[in-house]
Amino acid sequence: MILFKDLKVKIDDKMIINNFNLEVSPGELHVIMGPNGSGKSTLAYTIAGHPKYSIESGEIIYKKELINDMSPEERSGNGIFLSLQYPISIPGVKNIYFLKSAINSLRKFQGKDEIDTIDFLKLVRGLLPLVGLDESFLHRSVNDGFSGGEKKRNEILQMLVLKPDLSILDETDSGLDIDALKIIAEGIKNYRNEKRSFILITHHHRILDSLKPDRVHILIDGEIVLSGGAELANKLEKEGYGWLRKKDLND
Amino acid sequence: MNNDTINNQLDKRYEFGFTTNIEQDTLPPGLNEDVIKIISNKKNEPEWLLNWRLNAFKKWKKMTEPKWAKINYPEIDYQKISYFSAPKKKNLESLDEVDPEILKTYNKLGIPIEEQKMLAGVAVDAVFDSVSVTTTFKKDLAKAGVIFCSFSEAVLEYPDLVKKYLGSVVPQADNFFAALNSAVFSDGSFVYIPKNTKCPMELSTYFRINALNTGQFERTLIIADSGSEVSYLEGCTAPMRDENQLHAAVVELVALDDANIKYSTVQNWYPGDENGKGGIYNFVTKRGDCRGNKSKISWTQVETGSAVTWKYPSVILKGNKSIGEFYSVAVSNNYQQADTGTKMIHIGENTKSTIITKGISAGHGQQTYRGEVKIMKKAKNARNYSQCDSMLIGDKCGAHTFPYIDVKNESSIMEHEATTSSIGEDQLFYCAQRGISEEDAISLIVNGFCRDVFKELPMEFAMEAQQLMEVSLEGSVG
Repeated sequence: MILFKDLKVKIDDKMIINNFNLEVSPGELHVIMGPNGSGKSTLAYTIAGHPKYSIESGEIIYKKELINDMSPEERSGNGIFLSLQYPISIPGVKNIYFLKSAINSLRKFQGKDEIDTIDFLKLVRGLLPLVGLDESFLHRSVNDGFSGGEKKRNEILQMLVLKPDLSILDETDSGLDIDALKIIAEGIKNYRNEKRSFILITHHHRILDSLKPDRVHILIDGEIVLSGGAELANKLEKEGYGWLRKKDLND
Repeated sequence: MNNDTINNQLDKRYEFGFTTNIEQDTLPPGLNEDVIKIISNKKNEPEWLLNWRLNAFKKWKKMTEPKWAKINYPEIDYQKISYFSAPKKKNLESLDEVDPEILKTYNKLGIPIEEQKMLAGVAVDAVFDSVSVTTTFKKDLAKAGVIFCSFSEAVLEYPDLVKKYLGSVVPQADNFFAALNSAVFSDGSFVYIPKNTKCPMELSTYFRINALNTGQFERTLIIADSGSEVSYLEGCTAPMRDENQLHAAVVELVALDDANIKYSTVQNWYPGDENGKGGIYNFVTKRGDCRGNKSKISWTQVETGSAVTWKYPSVILKGNKSIGEFYSVAVSNNYQQADTGTKMIHIGENTKSTIITKGISAGHGQQTYRGEVKIMKKAKNARNYSQCDSMLIGDKCGAHTFPYIDVKNESSIMEHEATTSSIGEDQLFYCAQRGISEEDAISLIVNGFCRDVFKELPMEFAMEAQQLMEVSLEGSVG
């Protein structure tokens, strides 16, 4: 699905991602953990094509195509979805219009006609219960005045509407109470299948208990220093990142 | 999506920059008593009106241009402007007699008079430069007793009504530009809705400045008699020219007991090019008088054009329980400057006013909201709610808000809210990540921002307003 080769990424002349190498195959869910400032969100933004992040060297190959210079819209059209750590609010724009614009932009990219309004409403109404939201939510402005949990659910709702092939979920589980976490985890779990891939950025092993990741990677200073299975997440939760830094120094 | 790309996105085209080749009857530039006499004479005006004009001219000569607005423009030489211009053929009975070139112009503007006649049920009084060339639907309106005609015609046909109300809302010496208009006004629209009558259709006027170096000084007078109701639409465009043209109109509205006037404007005068060259100077005095109890006057404006806009549609709330409303969207892009707002003067008891304004600045545009809410001593239990929102697109534009609040009454309640927001890179990236192009994202965000005002516009205008915003803010850059 996606392959990173010796990726180096700069922001404001500061190198954040260093020699990043990773391959995520269709159907896989990979987890990236790491201390604050290790480059996790930078990686997420770089995959989505945020213009502030410039690729110094290396390659991002998505569906066998080099996408280093592809615009964010095109990446989206090709099935890359980023759930933001801090979703942006757009006052005055109703959620429902935003969703409709997004789905119609995708359909335009795919050469399809705009979605019929009734079909669209049916689709969205069907998905709302999966993220535990009611219809009034559609008529509020995008993320404007939403609680932290509502924002994250809204991101998952957008994912379910747009049906991406690769979902990058940047701390989608942060700041949620137990019930909300359960809803989000269920939402992701139900969306998983053998064709869809996920890169999940998180600090907590909690969400991993139900999601069963294929691989867990530890990112420090923009580089994967250790990879392993789900047990790695448990070890980190208990012991922190200190032992990894020491290991680095010893090497 | 840095600011440069945002700025590129904002490059716009002005679609109405064509001129029409028709024979014009134009006075040479200059302003003196003789010019006023010629104008009056050309229109066969009665002597009282000529004297009224000359009186205004005397007052105007003693006045100076107001300088308090936050706008900059080179000094206007009033002797270099021609004060009358009209297509040569006139006195037309039906559309067939209208110069086909003029009709073509209207079609380019997207006002198919014929079509409107049949489909939309909108009566159009089209003002081309200074003379009203065609009025449709007159007969249907006449059946309801509604008078809708050019101002010149009203002067001749309904002199008593004109005499009674002309200048009764905006006095001659109200301000410099109103005084100039009173002296030289060329034409405009006149509306009278009789008692207890709901005007059977929406009335509409299109203004267009075509001739070179002419000022347009139209005058509109709308009287809604007791218990009547009318919705009036006004749209404006002008050709592209390097010179600046002056537009100084006066609009007077009078609402008697229980009468209701809704006045909607979509102003798209030529704004000048991307370097600030050319464009219309728009100095307009619009005022409504809620003279009767429980009367209501509502202004809705979408201001996307003009190089300079100086405009404060106001309501004087004289009648008890009268209501004044002002809904405004103003856009200033490139080097456009807009100083606009409203005045709500509460005089009667239990009067209510609502002000909702949305200012959008882009490019080097400068936008000022200037509003006054005055609650007089006798206006017991008066209420006002004001909300002034500004949006900035890019980092070279400005937004300024000057609310003046004067409350002389303890039982009154005033609320004022103001916000400033910008379309940020983050919002555009968020939209892009969801596949929404920059153009669509700006349009989505701006339309969302303006929703509270757009929903006040009549249907056909709401569509036009949205399209205009797209032209004004997006251009063709993909």
